[in-house]
Amino acid sequence: MEPTAIVEVKNASITFPGVKALDDVSFRLLPGEVHTLMGENGAGKSTLIKALTGVYRIDSGEIVVGGQVRNFSGTASAQAAGISTVYQEVNLCTNLTIGENVMLGHEVHGWAGINWRRTHELAAEALGRMGLGDLDPRAPLSSISIAMQQLVAISRAMVTDSKVLILDEPTSSLDANEVEVLFTVIRRLRDQGVAILFVSHFLDQVFAISDRITVLRNGQFVGEYLTRDLDRAKLISTMIGKDFESLRALGSNRQTEARDRSATPVFAAEGLGRKGAIEPTDVEIHAGEVVGFAGLLGAGRTELARLIAGADRADTGTTRVKGKKVSLNSPVAGLEHGIAYSTESRRDDGIVGDLSVRENIMLAVQARRGWLRRVPAKEIDALVTTYMERFSVRPNDPDRPIRLLSGGNQQKVLLGRWLATNPDLLLLDEPTRGIDVGAKADIQETVAELAEGGMGVVFISSELEEVVRLSERIVIIKDHNKVGEVINGAEVTAESIVSIIAAESEEEASEVLAHEGGALAGTEGSGS
Amino acid sequence: MKRLKTALRTPWFWGIVGIFLLLLVNTLKDPAYLAIGVNPTTGLLTGNLLDILRVSAPIILIALGMTFVIATEGIDLSVGSMMAVGGAVAMETLSNIGDPTSVGAMLTAIALAILLAVLLGAVNGVLVAVVGLQPFISTLVMMLAGRGIARVITGGQNTNATNEPFRQLANGQILGLPTSFVLAIVIVLLIALLMRRTALGLMIESIGINPHASRLAGIRPRPILIAVYVLSAGLAAVGGLFSVSEVMTVSVSGTGNQMELDAILAVVIGGTSLAGGKFSIFGSTVGALLIATLNKTVLFLGVPSAATPAFKALVIIALVLLQSERIRSWAFGRKPSARKPSGPERPAVGTGNPVTKEAVA
Repeated sequence: MEPTAIVEVKNASITFPGVKALDDVSFRLLPGEVHTLMGENGAGKSTLIKALTGVYRIDSGEIVVGGQVRNFSGTASAQAAGISTVYQEVNLCTNLTIGENVMLGHEVHGWAGINWRRTHELAAEALGRMGLGDLDPRAPLSSISIAMQQLVAISRAMVTDSKVLILDEPTSSLDANEVEVLFTVIRRLRDQGVAILFVSHFLDQVFAISDRITVLRNGQFVGEYLTRDLDRAKLISTMIGKDFESLRALGSNRQTEARDRSATPVFAAEGLGRKGAIEPTDVEIHAGEVVGFAGLLGAGRTELARLIAGADRADTGTTRVKGKKVSLNSPVAGLEHGIAYSTESRRDDGIVGDLSVRENIMLAVQARRGWLRRVPAKEIDALVTTYMERFSVRPNDPDRPIRLLSGGNQQKVLLGRWLATNPDLLLLDEPTRGIDVGAKADIQETVAELAEGGMGVVFISSELEEVVRLSERIVIIKDHNKVGEVINGAEVTAESIVSIIAAESEEEASEVLAHEGGALAGTEGSGS
Repeated sequence: MKRLKTALRTPWFWGIVGIFLLLLVNTLKDPAYLAIGVNPTTGLLTGNLLDILRVSAPIILIALGMTFVIATEGIDLSVGSMMAVGGAVAMETLSNIGDPTSVGAMLTAIALAILLAVLLGAVNGVLVAVVGLQPFISTLVMMLAGRGIARVITGGQNTNATNEPFRQLANGQILGLPTSFVLAIVIVLLIALLMRRTALGLMIESIGINPHASRLAGIRPRPILIAVYVLSAGLAAVGGLFSVSEVMTVSVSGTGNQMELDAILAVVIGGTSLAGGKFSIFGSTVGALLIATLNKTVLFLGVPSAATPAFKALVIIALVLLQSERIRSWAFGRKPSARKPSGPERPAVGTGNPVTKEAVA
């Protein structure tokens, strides 16, 4: 007994010159259900969503909404058909009030222009329906967190009483609690009979929220499954078309042998800190070691990494590279001393979008040589071939502007850029965020290989499982403080790391730490 | 067919079309417009085309400098004033030396003019790169200050001077082409070589596209930004020299007046985006030639001087509209597709790469 679908996509195809982005894909959305669209980057998820929201037109097949065949001529006509979309990045005006944002384009008109009182009342109602009744519609949007803004964006999408809500990676910038709040709202809408299309790279979230999962691969429909009939291993292997066990074996050979840490470390910092970013911290990273930085988003992981790389200037502390005292006051200084830093935000601080893959790979090498000595074409070609092959960057075209690549491939190119500088220490800040499982596995594999080859690696990720699986040692950072360090071992799990982060007092934390075989960092500066 | 399509998407293609259309209009008015004759007394070639090339020389140079400034996501409003400064220094030097045939006097004048402009350009660069002022504001200040400095140099007069070698810059010919134009093209080629044979061009583009990422990749933005403003000011001074050498007089209020706008238009017509990033030296040169042709056409058609700016604006807006893919598909009756046009293609990137699934997924 299934209700009739609100949206049905029948045998849709979209062809871009040279590529079939969607190939005979069928897909449906049922009322009162959360339906997740899964697939690697480039599988066609975004293309399908853009077809549903009227950004692209399908070449063949049809889209049926509410029993009627629709031919969307643009995003407005999709909205008129009752399909609303909330995108990954919040598309709101931070300088307007919450209410104005919710009602933008739907303001109530009175005899003298817009009736703001009534508009804000309606906004409050709309927010109330989401369970956000305690938000003040007259407060500026900038006064609330990104997560709440995301919810405001959903309220805005639902003002028109849409029957279909598309959420494209709504959780990518939210922490666990905020995701829970978002899910409460999503469940509420689902229970009101809205059909929800959800896209996320986080498997936990997908299993927590969705009723149904459709998998795409290479632009083709692979299958539609009820979530309760599907386990993770099966989902992942369906998505990438590979056996899950080969992925699981990855990195399981790490974290076994005890390392001799008496040798001079590649990098050592004493009391490294910056006001408002991270309290004075001691860190050591040895050659061949993968050190994980664990902690919540915004706890100070990125800030510490930026100080180590010289991306930000430290207020306090001394830094030594291979035993020699150095001053890391700029990214140039960091790179000169063999420290490469791959940033958290690939798009803002990583890629140079309009430059080609080739130029993006050679950029850091060229910067090291200075503008006058251009890296010879032969050398560039060698570098580009090496890294594009090593990471199997797709499409295999070094002259394509990097902005046209998928997230995972951009990340691989950036990894190539930093490796081309031949660093002794590689800092990877969220290298696997927002990329697909296949690329993730490639990158994890590379990290393990690099360490084996003698490079020191700092690995930062919000996915603790990943940190635990890859790291030999885990530095735990909480509230701008290093609270401790754990030597990884069989008994260390993501849960035990969480319990250290969650420990309310220092004593409690050190108890857990002692249990896990770790030690608290020096107590200076950790008076919180 | 495919080639044609690529060409249609290349902004400077429309610049070339524009130049030919303007020449066509002129020829329709006077069939002898394109004729080239020989001046019996000097033995030099004469003709409207040569006039266009001569007046294009200063525009080519300031557009060249402006190209790199714009590529770094900046703007240089001071180039017009910098032309006046260069011209003023040259005229004042020549009239003080007072040797009407000395090549040494010419070289001194040129060197001093470039030197002062380069210093002022460095001030621009420091204000932008070190102090962190908006390029618009820094160079707006320099635009005002530059004209003031030109006045101070000449004591408020429109100084004139006599120096035959210097006069030859704009009035002489090399292989039948105006000397100033030939020199401008040589400078363009040298700078193009400098940009593409070294990594300077790449770094300018990288900073213009993503300054944060470029800094983290180890590029030092400050020296490059300062260099870009210095280059722009230096080229503008040379443009000023060409401009005053035509009449051997500097007009402290007229020389280079509003030329910054011509330069910006030339760069935009050439396909370099005001948002910074990829630049096209060839495009800017085509743009400069178009502006020069347009300026001459306005005079030739006898457009009333009051209506000149409006006429220029009409031609330029028509051209810019033609460059827009959206407008073209709308105007030429192709079915507007639901696919979002990705904005005007930039020439260096715009080999017409189709959006593929990797791009959109």
